[in-house]
Amino acid sequence: MIRVLLPAHLKNLAHVTGEVRLEGVTGPDGAVTQRSVLDALEAQYPMLLGTIRDRHSGKRRAFVRFYACEEDLSNESPDAPLPEEVVVGKEPFIVLGAMAGG
Amino acid sequence: MTGVRVLVGTRKGAFVLTSDGRRGDWTVEGPHFGGWEIYHLTGSPVDPNRLYASQSGGWFGQLIQRSDDGGKSWNPVGNDFAYAGEVGEHLWYDGTPRPWEFKRVWHLEPSRDDPDTVYAGAEDAALYLSTDGGLKWTELTALRTHPTGPSWQPGAGGLCLHTIILDPTHPGRIYTAISAAGAFRSDDGGDSWLPINKGLRSGEIPDQDAEVGHCVHHITQHPSRPDTLFMQKHWDVMRSDDAGANWREVSGNLPSDFGFPIAVHPHEPETIYVVPIKSDSEHYPPEGKLRVYRSRTGGDEWEPLTKGLPQSDCYVNVLRDAMAVDTLDPGGIYFGTTGGQVYHSADGGDSWASIVRDLPPVLSVEAQVLP
Repeated sequence: MIRVLLPAHLKNLAHVTGEVRLEGVTGPDGAVTQRSVLDALEAQYPMLLGTIRDRHSGKRRAFVRFYACEEDLSNESPDAPLPEEVVVGKEPFIVLGAMAGG
Repeated sequence: MTGVRVLVGTRKGAFVLTSDGRRGDWTVEGPHFGGWEIYHLTGSPVDPNRLYASQSGGWFGQLIQRSDDGGKSWNPVGNDFAYAGEVGEHLWYDGTPRPWEFKRVWHLEPSRDDPDTVYAGAEDAALYLSTDGGLKWTELTALRTHPTGPSWQPGAGGLCLHTIILDPTHPGRIYTAISAAGAFRSDDGGDSWLPINKGLRSGEIPDQDAEVGHCVHHITQHPSRPDTLFMQKHWDVMRSDDAGANWREVSGNLPSDFGFPIAVHPHEPETIYVVPIKSDSEHYPPEGKLRVYRSRTGGDEWEPLTKGLPQSDCYVNVLRDAMAVDTLDPGGIYFGTTGGQVYHSADGGDSWASIVRDLPPVLSVEAQVLP
């Protein structure tokens, strides 16, 4: 189970209050990555399509950041494995708006 | 009893203002989508409870929201605004080529006949059509791929398609305006486009007779005289009486002919309204006096309307989509300012009152008459 923490605007949009919990999040090779988490998130909450990453290129929107385990993962490859703490649900994968975006 | 609903888009959310037909007491609801830019909020002419909102922001991009109950509840619909086919390039501010890049939807124009059919004008300039209530958007590519497209250059607000007029009389006729490319007309539902900028004079471009490159700020039309168009350009107020084929200046005695909105009275097709601001850099009223100017002669001769509007120390602007009329009798006129005030007149502009005074900067105003 993957825990995802969304910013307030996206929680409102997705009609969720607390953390989002995603089951069965694995990429084609079995790894849990940014891409596989976001694919699962958008599949469960299609209203989030296009709000976190470009619908066609998959590129992260410029003023969106990804954090986990006190690390900024925003510029990591979307196919890089996420930290084990995220994979086992000990730590959330955090999506948030950058300081400059509002 | 007949009522009025005024739809207000602001920099930080949408507001819905309602009143009965007397338009004296108002209820203010909102913000909807608090924290988001609402470039435009509008309703279907055939189903006033069908509303569409363009919701966007720097963090999370573009959404389109739809309400089927007059704004009580909303649901996000489609937001896939892809450029179809080869994307191509237009000119950037510095004159270098730059690929088209979608940024936001500036204007939504619902069909006059079908609540599920709605057009969207985008930045970078493109026209989209949805026929399923906003779920799926298809670009009408002939406009963006017009042979003049590679020479289009953005205005200060971006390369935005901000005006869409669906002609009430001629089937398939659509007018659009793009800053700073100019005005365009299609007579075949968007399959082909004709630049309609003859007679516009723009000191900011070297060739005064250029086919495109004019910074058109807004165009309006009275439905009873569809071949007459009124335009507020960067500078100059213009009119055309031949569906845009030729334009002539009607700025007349205005204190400044720079401005953004222009509106036509709902029952008097030769009565028009503008809100002059001082200049291209001084986006505030001359002398700090907020004056709507009315012409009852279709331009050239203008009178200031000041009763109820601040006549000192006022330095707000009124943006291009932030003026609207209702169709009650007598006709109502509404406008919103960058200072967050929404003013209305229930007597054709003779007197004004604020409905609400402290909203975020107002981006758009639309008025609906409710049965």
